[in-house]
Amino acid sequence: MNAPLLAAMVGLAVPGTALAQDAMPRPAGITPGEATEGARLVADRQKSLCVLCHSGPFPNPHLQGNLAPDLSGIGARLSEDEIRLRVTDMKRLNPDSLMPTYAASKAGERVGTAWRGRPILVEQEIEHIVAYLASLKE
Amino acid sequence: MAFRLAFAAALLCAGIAVAQEIPPGERRSGTDFMSAETRAIQADDGSNPGMLWVLQGESLWKEPAGASRRSCASCHGEAATSMRDVAARYPAFDTASGAPVDLAGKIDQCRTTRQHAAGLPRESEELLGLSTYVGHQSRGLPIAPPDDPRLHAARAEGKRLFETRMGQLDLSCSSCHDANWRGRLGGSAVTQAHPTGYPIYRLEWQAVGSLQRRMRGCMVGVRAEPFAYGSAEFIALELYLAERAAGLALETPAVRP
Repeated sequence: MNAPLLAAMVGLAVPGTALAQDAMPRPAGITPGEATEGARLVADRQKSLCVLCHSGPFPNPHLQGNLAPDLSGIGARLSEDEIRLRVTDMKRLNPDSLMPTYAASKAGERVGTAWRGRPILVEQEIEHIVAYLASLKE
Repeated sequence: MAFRLAFAAALLCAGIAVAQEIPPGERRSGTDFMSAETRAIQADDGSNPGMLWVLQGESLWKEPAGASRRSCASCHGEAATSMRDVAARYPAFDTASGAPVDLAGKIDQCRTTRQHAAGLPRESEELLGLSTYVGHQSRGLPIAPPDDPRLHAARAEGKRLFETRMGQLDLSCSSCHDANWRGRLGGSAVTQAHPTGYPIYRLEWQAVGSLQRRMRGCMVGVRAEPFAYGSAEFIALELYLAERAAGLALETPAVRP
């Protein structure tokens, strides 16, 4: 068993444990995100799919899901680096999370040909989403 | 200490990984998740659009076809008697092919080998009509999958597929329909995914469609390459779904959002 995975699972078992792996700095070569662009991406039901599972201060509340935490005030609860890790690869914190891995090609079996080998979002798009979510303070 | 931590972590991991199957007492048809309006459309044969496919199936049942010039009724007689509870028992083991067969596959097999007629393509209006008509003869009866040892391997494979994460979104059927059936995806109820009313009239389709069409929709939704119509994988999944829904009443033709 690899050390980060073990640490992540132990972290789950012991609420409140601070983890060095609980955050991810902005990748080299990626510029700070634009919150307005992030807001557009979060609301996109075909591309990012965020609102299929998450509710929050977004348009069309009746079309939002409740399979994942409400994102209202997420910027007050998590730092930009913590949000970035979760959007990039939530499964690093919880291998059984429903949330897809957005940046890497950590997909399931039989990926459709149109999607094969491609991330759901590229790093710069994730950075826009990070900037927007970090701005949600209440 | 490190070992004990690792052990605890492994136990925790296993506990999360195994999605709990829905206990029989908590099994609920998709009907229970629908609006009162949609339930009313399903309940009234005069408003249920699926009844048009039942009527089409009824006329096909009586229509001679193929070189044999025989109709379904020539051999099977009144469907109300001969087809009662048949849909509740499918998929079943087919001795001719030595493999499990679903209801649509069985109808098509009868068509080609008994009536000596051209095969009916999956999702064709004719096959949907006949499947809906035959399914309708079991309306109100409990799903009763046969305890045939020759089906065990395929049913186990169906369970494995149900629990396999697929597609770019890396989700299994079980991720939503076992673990999160109480939730909402977008604006829609997730539901327990029991095949109680197939073929169904789906408002989104504006037509009747099969269980396999519905499963293909979910597979495309998680950005996976869907299994082919009539494939061994889909029949395996249907076998597992029937066992998972055992005891629930059939509603064919059901109406769904």
